[in-house]
Amino acid sequence: MNVLLLARLQFAITIIYHFFFVPLTLGLSLMVAVFESIYVATGKEKYKRLTKFWGKLFLINFAIGVVTGIVQEFQFGMSWSEYSRFVGDIFGVPLAIEALLAFFLESTFLGIWIFGWERISKGLHLATIWLVVVGSYISAMWILIANAFMQHPVGYTIEDGRAVLTDFYAVITNYPIYSHFPHVLSAGLVTASFFMLGVSAYHLLKHNETEIFRISFRLASAVGLVATIAVGLFGHTQGQELLDTQPMKLASLEALYDTENPASLSILTIGNPVTHEVLLDWRVPGLLSFMEYNRFTGEVQGILPLQQLYEQKYGPGDYVPPPYILYWSFRTMVGAGLLMILISLVALIIELKNLYAKVPWFLKLLPFAVALPYIANTTGWILTEVGRFPWVVYELLKLPASVSVALGGGEILTSLIGFILVYGLLITATVYLMFKFAKAGPTLASESPAEFNPSLVTPPEGQ
Amino acid sequence: MTLNTLWFIFIAVLYTGFFVLEGFDFGVGILLPFLGKTDTQRRTIINTIGPHWDGNEVWLIAAGGATFAAFPNWYATLFSGFYLPLFLVLIGLIVRGVAFEFRSKDENPLWRSVWDWCIFAGSLLPAILLPIAFSNLVRGVPINADMQYIGGFFNLLNPFALLAALAVTLLMIFHGAAFLSIKTEGELEKRAKAVVRSTWLLVVLILVIFIITSFIVADVRQRLSVLPILFPILGALAILASGYFLRKDQYGRVFLMTCLTVAFVVLTIFAFLYPRVMVSSLNPLWSLNIENAASSFTTLRLMTIVTLIFLPLVLLYQGWTYWVFRKRVSGDEKKLTY
Repeated sequence: MNVLLLARLQFAITIIYHFFFVPLTLGLSLMVAVFESIYVATGKEKYKRLTKFWGKLFLINFAIGVVTGIVQEFQFGMSWSEYSRFVGDIFGVPLAIEALLAFFLESTFLGIWIFGWERISKGLHLATIWLVVVGSYISAMWILIANAFMQHPVGYTIEDGRAVLTDFYAVITNYPIYSHFPHVLSAGLVTASFFMLGVSAYHLLKHNETEIFRISFRLASAVGLVATIAVGLFGHTQGQELLDTQPMKLASLEALYDTENPASLSILTIGNPVTHEVLLDWRVPGLLSFMEYNRFTGEVQGILPLQQLYEQKYGPGDYVPPPYILYWSFRTMVGAGLLMILISLVALIIELKNLYAKVPWFLKLLPFAVALPYIANTTGWILTEVGRFPWVVYELLKLPASVSVALGGGEILTSLIGFILVYGLLITATVYLMFKFAKAGPTLASESPAEFNPSLVTPPEGQ
Repeated sequence: MTLNTLWFIFIAVLYTGFFVLEGFDFGVGILLPFLGKTDTQRRTIINTIGPHWDGNEVWLIAAGGATFAAFPNWYATLFSGFYLPLFLVLIGLIVRGVAFEFRSKDENPLWRSVWDWCIFAGSLLPAILLPIAFSNLVRGVPINADMQYIGGFFNLLNPFALLAALAVTLLMIFHGAAFLSIKTEGELEKRAKAVVRSTWLLVVLILVIFIITSFIVADVRQRLSVLPILFPILGALAILASGYFLRKDQYGRVFLMTCLTVAFVVLTIFAFLYPRVMVSSLNPLWSLNIENAASSFTTLRLMTIVTLIFLPLVLLYQGWTYWVFRKRVSGDEKKLTY
């Protein structure tokens, strides 16, 4: 049984599944904190209802995000022990710091936020949700610092066959962080905005709790427009960075087989993924150079010369990440992104001009548009990570040298099937609850005796 | 003291914190279906640990992350070698965490019952499997010259590990019942106290047998020093003291003593290990220790600074949550948080 293949499959499934929930956590926590801030500042009950309603949906999503995150923390050691030995000196650091700085903060203060409504003062309660927001952003930052090392290793030296930390400052200021971190954060806001737009549109169509959902719609459309544009701009920066740092990823996502200057952008390219023989190639001349250089000339290296170059540098082997995966992931992500800019612009106009009654069809479409950020998040993640192939740590450590030695095919097959079953059941329950609470509206969210609580009859002994 | 020793201590502290804190909420989770006869009672039981369990669990994640950063070879050998037990621990923690959040969000009795049993199973699995993993660290497992575990799954289920699982799981149930005794009222409080009273002798016996066996099974007799003797004695004193407070009906102090017992049991394991982190049963030279498993000096120094700044902060704000929720959880349906 091919342990490497199964380990890759398991990692891909568990991380994609985990990253299904992370962006909504990042974005929605901030929106909930904003609503609660307005509630504390104005004392208006409707903002408390907004906080509780979106807070409920946030919690359902958060729970599954947290538990699937633990798997990632363990999986490096379980399935990728040789990777862990090789990079632990560096890669373990951001992971440990993430737990110490972010996980404790998030989980502890979320516990207080859920159970502390009537127990602590309003201001303190507000502080707890902001600490949850800060915690989840710190968490995202450290995990992206760790990922940046895999994309572009810096601040290390090789000693006795393993990477050893020499410059921590270089590790935490590694270039990808500056584009990846804001890209992921804005993607989180986009996800939360579209989630909010979809749910609000559903209720506005039914004239249910119009006041509550107009406020939600307004916030979501404004944030959505800014955030979708921001995602695109930071994504564009990432694309330009690839030119110097990961040219093979760039060539593969453009299905550019030969080096070109000026380089053309593919409209549709179909080729044989094994032999790299191009069957159909429609391209716009010079456009790829423009994307990469901001002018219509400039060299972009192709897959075939890069493959030769890598073979000379690192020995024989396949250095081409599957172009069809990268090519279509990239186009799906960008397509979904552009569509979302358009949708949030229209939504904002509708809100500002109060055109809700005139365009019911648009409101009917919005619940379906909730799928768009999920499609973009997933394909974006696939693009970044699959594009590293065959490197686990870029130009330093390859896949076969990373997988656990002690691991048998039967063990990993067992866990793979186990994860698929459990994750399958959990997503069913999650979607069921999400739909139930989203459809029911704010009343259910605040009624199910969310009001605190463990009343304080007698203090326990010894206190 | 070298940084390597300091990091061994930090990791011992993180696992101790984990077992003390998550220990009682595992115990509470295991007792849930048996002590909670009605839906409201079950919700009350869950609410005693509701604000805390997630923060408690982070101690395990922090311990895992710290092991990765400070002793990458330990992390790599342990996690890949003990693959299936850790996979089952993960499954347990996953269904348990989701169950806490999901169980009350639907009225359907079947829905609630399924999630309640998920909490039970998700608490029991790690409560059994983690002691199996830790006891094997001291007992010694087949590790070859390349630091690879070559023993397979069933090799881990040896009698000593099963004894450890039994002892620690029972201790956690006892610990959880003591916690419930001071956090609930009325009928639930009575039932929790009854569990504490009826299991005390059993827990003492099993713990004593476990400690004595561990002196026989592990290689500690050849490397005796102060701590491997002191910690089990303190643990024994704590569990005996819990019996004393039990008779005086002072359950707050009983809980304090169970906290100490759990802490000293975990510390005993680490005292037996030091300076190894995983003992090889094939050749003592192939054992992983705080030198050959460790990260570089630069990394250890960096992590020391970070930990010394942030761990006290964590203790402070986690302590605060226990202060905020220090009162008993009322079984009054109208006052429960869902």
